[in-house]
Amino acid sequence: MGSEGEMAARLIPEFEQQHPGIRVRVQSIPWSAAHEKLLTAYVGEVMPDVFQAGNTWLPELAALGALEPLDNYLRETATIEPGDYFAGIWDTNVIDRTLYGVPWYVDTRVLFYRADLLHRAGYAQSPRSWEQWLQALHAVKAAAGAGRYAMLVPLREWQVPVIFALQRDAELLRDGDRYGNFRSGRFRQAFDFYLGLFRDGLAAAGGETQVANLYQDFADGFFSYYITGPWNLGEFSRRLPAALQDDWATAPMPSVEGGDIGVSLAGGASLALSSRSRRKAAAWQLIEYLCAARVQTELYRLTGDLPARRTVWDEELLAGNPRIAAFRAQLQKVRSTPRIPEWEQIAQKISEYAEAAVRQTMSADQALVALDGDVDRILEKRRYLLGDHGHNRILQ
Amino acid sequence: MRRTVVTVSIHAVLLLSAVLTLLPLLWMVSASLMPPGEASALPPRLLPSRPTLEHYGSLLSRLKLAQSLFNSAFLATVTTAIALFLNSMAGYAFAKLRFAGRDRLFRGLLAALVIPGQVAMLPLFLMLKQMGVVNTYWGVIIPGMASVFGIFLVRQYALSIPDSLLDAARIDGAGEFRIYRSLVLYVCAPILVTLAVFTFMGTWNDFLWPLVVLTDDGMYTLPVALANLAGEHVQDTELMMAGAVLAVLPVMLLFIVLQRYYVAGIMSGGVKE
Amino acid sequence: MMRRGMKPGHAFVAPAAIAIGVFFFIPALASLLLSFTDFDIYAVADLGRLRFVGLANYARLLGEARFWTALWNTLYFVFIGGPLSVAVSLGAALLVNARVVRLKPVFRMIFFLPVVTTLVAVAVVWRYLYHPRHGLLNLMLAWIGIGPIDWLGDRFWAMPAIILMAVWKNFGFNMIIFLAGLQSIPERLYEAARLDGANSWQQFRGVTLPMLRPTFLFVAVMTMIGYCQLFAEPYVMTQGGPAGATLSLVLLMYEEGFRWWNMGYAAALAFTLFVLMLLFTLVQLRLRSANETTPGVGRA
Repeated sequence: MGSEGEMAARLIPEFEQQHPGIRVRVQSIPWSAAHEKLLTAYVGEVMPDVFQAGNTWLPELAALGALEPLDNYLRETATIEPGDYFAGIWDTNVIDRTLYGVPWYVDTRVLFYRADLLHRAGYAQSPRSWEQWLQALHAVKAAAGAGRYAMLVPLREWQVPVIFALQRDAELLRDGDRYGNFRSGRFRQAFDFYLGLFRDGLAAAGGETQVANLYQDFADGFFSYYITGPWNLGEFSRRLPAALQDDWATAPMPSVEGGDIGVSLAGGASLALSSRSRRKAAAWQLIEYLCAARVQTELYRLTGDLPARRTVWDEELLAGNPRIAAFRAQLQKVRSTPRIPEWEQIAQKISEYAEAAVRQTMSADQALVALDGDVDRILEKRRYLLGDHGHNRILQ
Repeated sequence: MRRTVVTVSIHAVLLLSAVLTLLPLLWMVSASLMPPGEASALPPRLLPSRPTLEHYGSLLSRLKLAQSLFNSAFLATVTTAIALFLNSMAGYAFAKLRFAGRDRLFRGLLAALVIPGQVAMLPLFLMLKQMGVVNTYWGVIIPGMASVFGIFLVRQYALSIPDSLLDAARIDGAGEFRIYRSLVLYVCAPILVTLAVFTFMGTWNDFLWPLVVLTDDGMYTLPVALANLAGEHVQDTELMMAGAVLAVLPVMLLFIVLQRYYVAGIMSGGVKE
Repeated sequence: MMRRGMKPGHAFVAPAAIAIGVFFFIPALASLLLSFTDFDIYAVADLGRLRFVGLANYARLLGEARFWTALWNTLYFVFIGGPLSVAVSLGAALLVNARVVRLKPVFRMIFFLPVVTTLVAVAVVWRYLYHPRHGLLNLMLAWIGIGPIDWLGDRFWAMPAIILMAVWKNFGFNMIIFLAGLQSIPERLYEAARLDGANSWQQFRGVTLPMLRPTFLFVAVMTMIGYCQLFAEPYVMTQGGPAGATLSLVLLMYEEGFRWWNMGYAAALAFTLFVLMLLFTLVQLRLRSANETTPGVGRA
């Protein structure tokens, strides 16, 4: 998916050389359509043998019975060692004590910013506490001038408000993930902080059109901060003008108090095997190959996607890159979103209501009450299937 | 004098309207030839500084749009051929042949015009899945094989075939299918051309159904591939414009060449309503 | 020539009728049944998890803000975009049809070109044209002194932006139909009016408009029925945003049905759309039969 979709094709020829008799066809899909395409493919019974899936989608695919359990394959293999992976990330692939995917690359969100503009506003580095960070944002905006902003926050993305909520230790769902918990005090605090960014004019509300030109706008100084993921390491290097390549940097998320770094999302993509594949052995060999340390390095080189295997991080290529250090630090402090099939729908609802609150078509209170209402309804089937006795009818 | 003022002003308005109508299409072509990044220049440019075909090259090679071009062309052609056959047979029969339940069946089919296609989409998808044709060419062809609109068009036209002509052929001993093949198709040629252009255009431009039923990027039709590209390459304006040109050009050429028939067909359908 | 059994007529219509029956009518009916269940992603995996819920989906639809937003947007598009499109088409037809105009076929072809273009391609182009800072439209507005508008990002302007694009795309089609209608008005009616001393404007009101009435009704209702199915433009240009300002019924149905696989609910949405379109069609039939009686005599 995404940019790695196009680049991954370059990893294949070597695999085909090592395994004559196995031919691999790579298809790439944009991330925005990937989730629905996977589900459509599943319903239409035309799933690819091996596919990439965001790790937040694994519970949903597992509930559908679309994923082949990988524990047996794992036992036989020499190349993939669970211990070599970031613990928080490996966990997202284990559902009900069965392994359903192998992490391929990791994803978390950190701050990308214009170090030169921050410097001009009077800060040597990006502050570590919310309060100081807010002050820095104000300063940057003031220095940037009229009509410009401190940060771009795309309104279609649920990640930013959720990250703030996780930092406040808010539980997004309650009661064994049966009900929404968005009216809780902690979520409300995080939500207010999020909304405050727009109210104070610090954040540019990013609609589709703004995101379309984000690299240009970042280069122009239209905004200085952007909370995003590792794929932009590659994109920024490619798309920003050469003159600007020394002027941008990354930093881990600030935390509420400022002592340690703040929490961020345990994202990433995994490779999974279709339960209906007719070439499972060959498919597993492809997964093995793609998860080899060497290939992980190559993937990083091609796309900037961060490898899931920790040994690769010690290589000069990554260890020597100061911008990666922020991600390395951040990956020690990640938390995952609720691992339930309905998560994608809930995530979209969060972004819808967050947008409504930002655009002030609803007050924050109204938005959160409505969000809880919608989430409760989405989870109704889950409550029914889990039954009163907690007997799990979801996975047979 | 007043006449000249009127003439000039009408022509002026028409000219301005024509320019405004063509402007998006002209910009599309112009931007597709611009070097990367130029289409987003500030202030916006109208013409490329140095025209380049690199985006077309990228699309056709790296991004597999040539395959989508082929898919669209193949699907449009096959669907049109089948639809012409099925719709013309039925349209002729409803107009000129007598059989039990003819009028009731026709009215029943007309009801389909009122039901929006999207209503049938979900179960149709499940049905085609059972048949195993999801993500195949048939998945796109099958729903387009016959259309009530096409039958209606042919019937309207066929009503004007003189009965005497058909009876003479029957007296000569020709079978019904022979009459259809040799006589009716010939007489109905104008409306068939219209129907062909209409069906070809409709299939080529169809978006929602191929979006749903084709999951393999090697099967994508051009609009689906373009939408896909837009999802990933939204920052590459010039590339997207080149893709748009590729999607638009073939049908536009087809239309310009055959416009006489196509327009005549719509006009006959519209007025007789 | 009465024969028992299958007559040639049956054989001729059978393929088309069967195709339409099996691949359209049956799924449409199935959709109705589906709307009474809670068919969703769980049911896709295991049909045993399906529940029959009666009218619950419809009740939910009526209570959901997003549905009303989609309905409102769709009606906005139909009742503002529709008449606008028809008016522009009529205007274009009148202009092209004017006696003094040369090169009629050329103008006709130019105005029809947007109709044949692929909607997705056009939506992509217009998305760039609408960009607040890099887009051509704001550039042209700047020439006449109007400040930049965030066409697709502003909740107020998003729908008008979509309407503008839809009008541009479709007006040529209706223009052709109007041209046919205009050309079928007998010249002698105009002559008679001129003899009576009518000027151009009075000729227009007294001859053109009344004679054009059936065509006008046909175009108006067909356009509105088509506009009820708004999907590709918001899907490509705005994904229903900003904040649901361009969310249409079909887009909502696609989202619920093919993104989240809440197929029971999506089927209910589809059927509601059907009812809406049925109402429009009935209105057309009612207006037309009222029109069939001679003017001045009153309703039959």
